[in-house]
Amino acid sequence: MIPILGLAAGVLLGLFFDPTVPLWLQPYLPIAVVAALDAVFGGLRARLDGIFDAKVFVISFVSNVVVAGLIVFLGDQLGVGAQLSTAVVVVLGIRIFGNAAAIRRHVFRA
Amino acid sequence: MSEDQRSGAPGPAADGPGDDDVVPHPFGTGASGGPASAAAEPPGGAAAPGSTPEPVPVPEPVAAPEPAAAEPAAAEPAAAEPAAAEPAAAPGVDDAPEQVPEPAPTTADGDEPPPAATPAVARRRRRDPLAAVLIGVLTLLLGFAFAVQVRTADDESQLTGAREEDLVRILDELDAQEERLRGQLAEQRSALEQLTNSDSRAATALEAARQRAEAIGILNGTIAAQGPGMEMVIRDPEDSVGVADLLDAIQELRGAGAETMQIDDVRVGVSTAVTGQPGDLMLDGRPITAPYEVLVIGSPQDMETAMRIPGGVEQRVNGRGGSVAITQSDEVVVDALRQLDTPQYASPRTDD
Repeated sequence: MIPILGLAAGVLLGLFFDPTVPLWLQPYLPIAVVAALDAVFGGLRARLDGIFDAKVFVISFVSNVVVAGLIVFLGDQLGVGAQLSTAVVVVLGIRIFGNAAAIRRHVFRA
Repeated sequence: MSEDQRSGAPGPAADGPGDDDVVPHPFGTGASGGPASAAAEPPGGAAAPGSTPEPVPVPEPVAAPEPAAAEPAAAEPAAAEPAAAEPAAAPGVDDAPEQVPEPAPTTADGDEPPPAATPAVARRRRRDPLAAVLIGVLTLLLGFAFAVQVRTADDESQLTGAREEDLVRILDELDAQEERLRGQLAEQRSALEQLTNSDSRAATALEAARQRAEAIGILNGTIAAQGPGMEMVIRDPEDSVGVADLLDAIQELRGAGAETMQIDDVRVGVSTAVTGQPGDLMLDGRPITAPYEVLVIGSPQDMETAMRIPGGVEQRVNGRGGSVAITQSDEVVVDALRQLDTPQYASPRTDD
């Protein structure tokens, strides 16, 4: 319940304030969002599997975001930022797909 | 937050579908999806076996029975609740769902204390308030960032993510576009200039045409005119001034530079005809009577000289018993009008 409320409130706030993303954050924000989405999907799956742990969720959420940002930052420093962010997005996308499949199996039993 | 969850039945119901996770094995039902596991809780507590976990976990075995009586009224002391739960569960089925969750929070808060009797249930974890807050904040941040990023991606034409070659290409395109637009601008400017020019030319031509029309109108007698000239009165007491005399006067005046004239309120134009008999003259078919009053615009001296020239108009009129009185004037008004003779056969020649 709380995550759903938090998400909804966050989206509403974002739409309402419509802030400008600072330039230094622009390459990292989309990656961070994808990473956080991965964590959320993982948490949802764990919840459906009955093994949800708030601590794990929080830590995985934060670490996902941080690691994804770090990878992109590193890539930027090495001059392969675009490629590395693609890689991060691909990996996280695969994980999201996997988690979504598990969730689907739980919800639809198929 | 935590108090709400502990004190009432709705608390656990809401928590179930929330993020807290219940490991439902003991009572079978809960192994499946979210709603199922949420539903699993209350039955677990309501059922008789549910009481088995409860009595055991009491960490501090306070005097159980006494708080039990007070409990239904006000369920504040968290520590006391688990103790209260055991007796309550036994007597009232209604109370049972309320109190069942209560032991759970205590175990969850600690997150460790697995009760000796039922280690399985020990793994039920009630939400730690800190975790709840963290989860809420994190998801809020996620939603916020999501919305912002979506907006940003919408706003910018993905220029930030573009590679250098793409940027260079885009720059080139923009340059070319700018060049094109500049060309268009120059074109439009010159067109504007032309139009303005032709506009002023048209105005000039219009002005010239108007002046010509005025000049022609004055010569033709279609508009009134004024200017320096003279007033000449030809008296003819013997009715002997004839067509030739009057025509001669008109021709002489024209020859002396008369620009336009009228005789007895009849305008004299290029095609004006003098007809009739002496004493009964007609100008353009309209009768005029002596004395003939001639208003003429032109150079006064020249015209007077022309009238008085020996053998001229004055002398001829005098010879017929009449007289000519000439008055020069700086301001003669010729205001009789003629109908414009519209050419019936002739039309302007086109150059093409």
